Amino acid sequence: MSVPSDQPKEGTSGPVDRLEVRKTYKLFIGGAFPRSESGRTYEVTSAAGVFLANAAKASRKDGRDAVLAARKAFGGWSAATAYNRGQVLYRVAEVMEGRRAQFVADVRDAEGLDDAAAGRQVDAAVDRWVWYAGWADKLAQALGSANPVAGPYFNFSIPEPTGVVAAVAPQDSSLLGLVSVIAPTIVSGNAVIVVASTLRPLPAISLAEALATSDVPAGVVNILTGDPVEIMPWLASHADVNAVDLTGIVDREVATALERDAAGTLSRVRRPEPDSDWSTDPGLSRIRSVVETKTVWHPMGV
Amino acid sequence: MTFEYAPAPESRSLVDIASSYGLFIDGEFTEPVDGGSFKTTNPATEEVLSEVSEAGADDVDRAVRAARSAYERVWGPMSGRDRAKYLFRIARLIQERSRELAVLETLDNGKPIRESRDVDLPLVAAHFFYHAGWADKLEHAGYGPDPRPIGVAAQVIPWNFPLLMLAWKIAPALACGNTVVLKPAETTPLSALAFADICRQADLPPGVVNILTGAGETGRLLVEHPGVDKVAFTGSTDVGKSIMRSAAGTSKRLTLELGGKAANVIFDDAPIDQAVEGVVNGIFFNQGHVCCAGSRLLVQESVAEEVVASLKRRLGTLRLGDPLDKNTDIGAINSAAQLARIDALVKSGEDEGADRWSAPCAIPERGWWFPPTVFTGVTQAHRIAREEIFGPVLSVLTFRTPDEAVEKANNTPYGLSAGIWTEKGSRILWMAERLRAGVVWANTFNRFDPASPFGGYKESGFGREGGVQGLGAYLTTEEGR
Repeated sequence: MSVPSDQPKEGTSGPVDRLEVRKTYKLFIGGAFPRSESGRTYEVTSAAGVFLANAAKASRKDGRDAVLAARKAFGGWSAATAYNRGQVLYRVAEVMEGRRAQFVADVRDAEGLDDAAAGRQVDAAVDRWVWYAGWADKLAQALGSANPVAGPYFNFSIPEPTGVVAAVAPQDSSLLGLVSVIAPTIVSGNAVIVVASTLRPLPAISLAEALATSDVPAGVVNILTGDPVEIMPWLASHADVNAVDLTGIVDREVATALERDAAGTLSRVRRPEPDSDWSTDPGLSRIRSVVETKTVWHPMGV
Repeated sequence: MTFEYAPAPESRSLVDIASSYGLFIDGEFTEPVDGGSFKTTNPATEEVLSEVSEAGADDVDRAVRAARSAYERVWGPMSGRDRAKYLFRIARLIQERSRELAVLETLDNGKPIRESRDVDLPLVAAHFFYHAGWADKLEHAGYGPDPRPIGVAAQVIPWNFPLLMLAWKIAPALACGNTVVLKPAETTPLSALAFADICRQADLPPGVVNILTGAGETGRLLVEHPGVDKVAFTGSTDVGKSIMRSAAGTSKRLTLELGGKAANVIFDDAPIDQAVEGVVNGIFFNQGHVCCAGSRLLVQESVAEEVVASLKRRLGTLRLGDPLDKNTDIGAINSAAQLARIDALVKSGEDEGADRWSAPCAIPERGWWFPPTVFTGVTQAHRIAREEIFGPVLSVLTFRTPDEAVEKANNTPYGLSAGIWTEKGSRILWMAERLRAGVVWANTFNRFDPASPFGGYKESGFGREGGVQGLGAYLTTEEGR
């Protein structure tokens, strides 16, 4: 990728007189890249204020379309074998690694980092996919159980994905934070609609391009750019959304209102975490917050 | 052939009910500061059993403070080994007094003594016994190396299994190092008050368990109290939603165990007699006052006629009447209000065109009763197929293919439980994988155990009770959640 930057780029120097081809940044819904149905865009600048792109400003209708796409994808994705889901997540890491330079440039521009610091963010994001990829076929053993009930029954519990999750990505960490929200959500078989960082959305769209060319089925990850305060009330109250992840909501009152919206259909809520340190070991907390425990009983006898 | 049974009533003399009760706060019974009182009755006779206090705002505040103080000074810092010993003591005391508690439960709730004696009380003791053992082993529960308690838990429980729901709430909370303020249901406060006496006998430090009696307003004041760190509620989906709204924007942790509309699915290869027994247990256990009751019977079309005929024949043999009689199968409906709700939904079933059949049993003159009732010709659009009735009313629907069974079973906003009846193992596992419900009973129904996590998907709530998974509701983990 090549976007205008306020900082000189390393290792990307081409013919000086060539005018670069810029990219239109769109939404990612159901595996496709539509513009917002509202036709709206907003200007995205680098951390230093230089124009980068006009990002699509998603509407509530885009949000609802994304829920439809996610619900459609949920059946197949949740029914895929854990081994398969693990490979798909690992494939995302592979594809990202191959596009490392693009992600470094994106994160550098978005977060105002130098190339080395941006590179560390990208490396951590790739490694996070790898880490979560490995969890896919271990979750049921870590979170599930065989239960010694007091009677002649075979009884076991397994974690299952809760369904369609609407998430708000962190506002500051445009790629590592985003990946740290998406990967633990989909590894167990959920489908997600994630609203990218409002001011730093471009790494999210580049991630969408990586997802589209990896093996993630269409609709499993849907990425919206725009204002979460505008879009999220429609998702939090949506009857076909099972869980809401408010990680990237900054305003306490907005978060409170969204939690109330979610109560209407008892969507599970993960509350905002404005000060998260995305470089630390994520643990199982995020995976736990979007799985359900199913317990199955059967009599034993001859 | 009909067997005549002589009455076999359990003795009431085991139970000593006081004429009035205060609130159990900080280890002693005290009079309510600003609240009034209300009467609790025996639903089988409408006899007033006792007068209990109604906790008001000041009482809630006192109880939460007592719980906080006990948490900070005694229970939080206490070693897991000692917490375990207190819980083992409580388990033993419950076993020792289980006959008395079973009679008390039946008097206040209306459930048959056979159930309170053989199901509720053994499970209550088992729940404390199971969780006692966790208290000093929490670092092995998979929540990180140093899981911590949350603090003060506000717990609000329903009237269908009064003491069992108390055990589901208090045992894990205490095992994990939390202190509790528990509000039993308005119509069934007596067994929780008896539990206060068990806390006394166990020498449980004051303030670790506080019992506030009252109605919905007391519950609201309790869960909305700012000094509460954790809210656990079992009850209706509507109230669950309002509690979730009230907790929005706070740091309170929340678990909700709400309503259900479970499907019990019978395939054509199922052993019909066993399946019918399971269906009867699924919906008529505890007069259908069970959130996970199998209130929708989905039966494969080819065996529908046979199943329904067998079901009606079996229901004709159920004995409805005096809950204290050891022969009684169906006890009293817990309250006039609940009976009115059942009546209204049954009437909607008739009005919407479903065919009603009720078992031909004599209804006692006093008390609140409803005969076992089956609706056939029910469609998914009928209210009786969509709404939780919480009474002894079964709606029968049919299906042709396994896919259709799954679709119909999942066609509800609830997701608490489900049942499968078939002889084919692969089909059981195929179905179990697809049913969106927290508990799936295959070739059985309504089984409970403290080692087995219980809780719902979707609008049946979130969080689990029981098992290693249930501990998560009362622990702060390494990740700070």
